[in-house]
Amino acid sequence: MDPNFVSTIGQPNATSIIFFFVFITATLFITYWAAKKSRSPSQFYAAGRSVTGLQNGLALSGDYMSAASFLGIAGLVSLKGYDGLIYSIGFLVGWPIIMFLIAEPLRNLGKFTFADVVAYRLKQKPIRIAASLGSLMTVAFYLIAQMVGSGSLVMMIFGIPYEYAIVAVGLVMITYVLFGGMLATTWVQIIKAVLLLSGATVMVVFVLVHFGFSYGELFKQAAVKYGDAVLQPGGLVSNPWDAVSLGMALMFGTAGLPHILMRFYTVPDAKTARTSVFYATGFIGYFYILTFTIGFGAMVIVGQDVISGMDKGGNMAALLLAEATGGTMFLGFIAAVAFATILAVVAGLTLAGASTLSHDLYVNVFCTDGATEEQEVKVAKRATLALGVLAIVLGLAFKGQNVAFMVGLAFAIAASANFPALLLSILWRNFSTVGATASIYTGTILAVGLIVISPTIWMDVLHNPTAIFPLKNPAIISMTGAFIAGYLGSVLRPDPDASKKYEDQKIRNYLGVGAE
Amino acid sequence: MEHKHPGPKIDQALFHRLVVAKWKVSLTLAAIMMVVYYGFILVLAFDKELLSTKIGEHMTVGIPVGLFLIILAWLITGVYVFWANSSYDRAVQDVLKSMRRR
Repeated sequence: MDPNFVSTIGQPNATSIIFFFVFITATLFITYWAAKKSRSPSQFYAAGRSVTGLQNGLALSGDYMSAASFLGIAGLVSLKGYDGLIYSIGFLVGWPIIMFLIAEPLRNLGKFTFADVVAYRLKQKPIRIAASLGSLMTVAFYLIAQMVGSGSLVMMIFGIPYEYAIVAVGLVMITYVLFGGMLATTWVQIIKAVLLLSGATVMVVFVLVHFGFSYGELFKQAAVKYGDAVLQPGGLVSNPWDAVSLGMALMFGTAGLPHILMRFYTVPDAKTARTSVFYATGFIGYFYILTFTIGFGAMVIVGQDVISGMDKGGNMAALLLAEATGGTMFLGFIAAVAFATILAVVAGLTLAGASTLSHDLYVNVFCTDGATEEQEVKVAKRATLALGVLAIVLGLAFKGQNVAFMVGLAFAIAASANFPALLLSILWRNFSTVGATASIYTGTILAVGLIVISPTIWMDVLHNPTAIFPLKNPAIISMTGAFIAGYLGSVLRPDPDASKKYEDQKIRNYLGVGAE
Repeated sequence: MEHKHPGPKIDQALFHRLVVAKWKVSLTLAAIMMVVYYGFILVLAFDKELLSTKIGEHMTVGIPVGLFLIILAWLITGVYVFWANSSYDRAVQDVLKSMRRR
């Protein structure tokens, strides 16, 4: 590349500001349109169940492809080469699991949250309280990671202070969710997914033009410049237990993320739910192949020292590549897309948190003598506002902290607290109320407790010389523990009424009879 | 949760066959995905050299294998959708029809 290349990243960029305002204006118009349709709970949480398979597939991938996976994985590939691909694969393999095990039952048995499925034939109150703990913990840790990441990112891209960036992300996101509910959030996800996929595709075309449309040439130049090691697995996977544990967290955590699970209620039936997973898996897989190419392109065209000089983690690799191949115009476009990505993911998480607070806790625990639909929506909107403000406060409070472990923690809790209880309630006739609550609490406590005493926090954050728990990710213990607790609780404290209702549940689960 | 369906009489044999077929397909496909993925991870942990084997001047086996895993994850969901849209949905209709007849 041109040795005189000086990046303009960090200075306000006219194109990105224009694209950014076009995006905000368009999405606020959608919010205004959606606001009129978001009056009933089914409209607010589930977009009136009117989303098509392709739309939901895009929205699912929009919820899942965060700025962290776009910029983070491209950066990881640019600095470490092959190891970045291992991460991408881990993030993708959860989707077939969602498809085979939970997508259709979730759609047929539930209404607004995955707790609907777990509580279908069990005692409402204890299950709702336990499940909302699992949901809210997952959402909170994921949200903190996204907010802190987004603050630093927007600061670097647009050159505005961290605090302004956090408040701006928070306010725009609150507007989408508060007024437009799931319908507006869905369209924000769809637009963002299309922008992200097309932006990344254009960037890959630019990279391939540079190498005469030959991947062989791209890999060859990478190997010549940085050694054959970049095309080989490196140090990412060394301890097999650690690797399997991380693999379990990624694979089953995806199938326990509340903001992903709630998207299945936006489609009209199980058939559409299943089609949407097929689209989502395709889009996400394609996206990871693009980020792999972008990472190698950045490695060769921009160079590792420039990338790590701007950000040690490599987070700026994709943006530097955009600037090097497409100039400041293209950089502006990609920067605006990255910002749209952050907004969309944060909106999806906030909506999932708000639905747990209002639908699981308010309606089914505190107000069991019957909340009206208006009351439910009112509470959901207040919860949205509260969570939005909380997200801003947390984003400000964790400024400068290393929160990279929080996404791993969110996946570990999702895999341990949410997924085992969900799967057992679908598959096992004798799953009891005590079994379900035991499973959720055991999964949550083990996941959080073990990660605190693991190298990730005990050594890296608290600076102790050795860790009490040897693995970086607790899923292999916490998820297994949650299944064992679910089994023991159900055997020791059976629930004969619930077992009797299993036949009814099966008819609705497999035939869709009575599904809302 | 309300149980609003009208308590229809169901053809138990037909319904049982449907449920068994659904889990046979689902669990087989899930098992394939898990064996391939955890197999990949264990090879990474125990025999990294295998994936570093060169095919061509610089290219390693690991790259096509990695891309294959991504494409497999997508194709295998496609296999399920194809099966569910044809065989499973037809079986569901059969059970529903038998319920209406009774």
